[in-house]
Amino acid sequence: MTFINYASREINCKIVYYGPGLCGKTTNLQYIYDSTAPQAKGKLISLATETDRTLFFDFMPLELGTVRGFKTRFHLYTVPGQVYYDASRKLILKGVDGVVFVADSQEERMDANIESLYNLEENLQSQGYNLLDLPYVLQLNKRDLPNVIPTDELSAELARKGEPVFEATASQGVGVFDTLKAVAKQVLTELRKG
Amino acid sequence: MVETTVIIHEQQFQRIKNVLARLCVECAARVVFLVDRDGQPIAFHGDIGDMDTTSFSSLAAGNVAATTSMAKLIGEDVFPAVVHEGERESIFISVIGRSLLVVVFDERSTLGLVKLRTKKASHEVSSIFDDVMRDSHNGRLNENSFFAEITDEDIDSLFS
Repeated sequence: MTFINYASREINCKIVYYGPGLCGKTTNLQYIYDSTAPQAKGKLISLATETDRTLFFDFMPLELGTVRGFKTRFHLYTVPGQVYYDASRKLILKGVDGVVFVADSQEERMDANIESLYNLEENLQSQGYNLLDLPYVLQLNKRDLPNVIPTDELSAELARKGEPVFEATASQGVGVFDTLKAVAKQVLTELRKG
Repeated sequence: MVETTVIIHEQQFQRIKNVLARLCVECAARVVFLVDRDGQPIAFHGDIGDMDTTSFSSLAAGNVAATTSMAKLIGEDVFPAVVHEGERESIFISVIGRSLLVVVFDERSTLGLVKLRTKKASHEVSSIFDDVMRDSHNGRLNENSFFAEITDEDIDSLFS
């Protein structure tokens, strides 16, 4: 849910990175954090287990600049990918303005992608959202690995509504900002529609 | 989208700030925050030092979201208040509808005092927030809104 404060002239939006375990959601955020000027970002908060798997969420606020005198701040969240953290995932989707689905392009992770996408649709519905109505981007991550499924095949399986699709290698930053821009743009366009 | 965009106007923001300022003095708090339950910071009053208020708000909301889910698992609807007591600094969070009143206090105050004063302030916050939500839902403020006039160029300029 977008938050507009006329007094402080700020627009705050919430974007959630979703996807199966180890698909690179946190890596996306980490790359954005590392590549952003200090004045444009807050801390990267990671609620992780001792083995660095996301337990509850990762979070970072990112200021993109001003639109007509209003500071636009995006709150970026990731969800934990592991199947058993479903309760946490549901909570993080509350008040979401846009979703990025990070798919793992490796052949052996196809089932995990499908299961996670199904879980996203289900959890959105339980919060009263419909994926088809929400700003949404599909990122095909880990394109640098040898055993990846061709992009057209992957898109055909995972795309839901003609959403923007980006190939990415998040660990090297490839496709990370393209993905973020695409979803942020959709969120702001939605705001314009009122 | 399911929920209407929340729009806080200057007058409402000032009312919120006044409530927070008074509460901060009345319970001798270090700082008092009002946070949306989805993690968006709304306003604060007091000494924040170098605290990252955006992250603090997000974590406060995450904290309440987790404890609310825990409440449901044991048959409670919600825990209306959450307390964290530290050696020097403590945090009291009061759940007020879709907002959270968060008080950070130290040994200059007591939990009892904070609870008492927060209860009174929560009624005022609730009333202001009702106005905010009603106005946002009615879209009455859209008359003044220039968001409809945002152009593709405005959006593109953010990413240039």
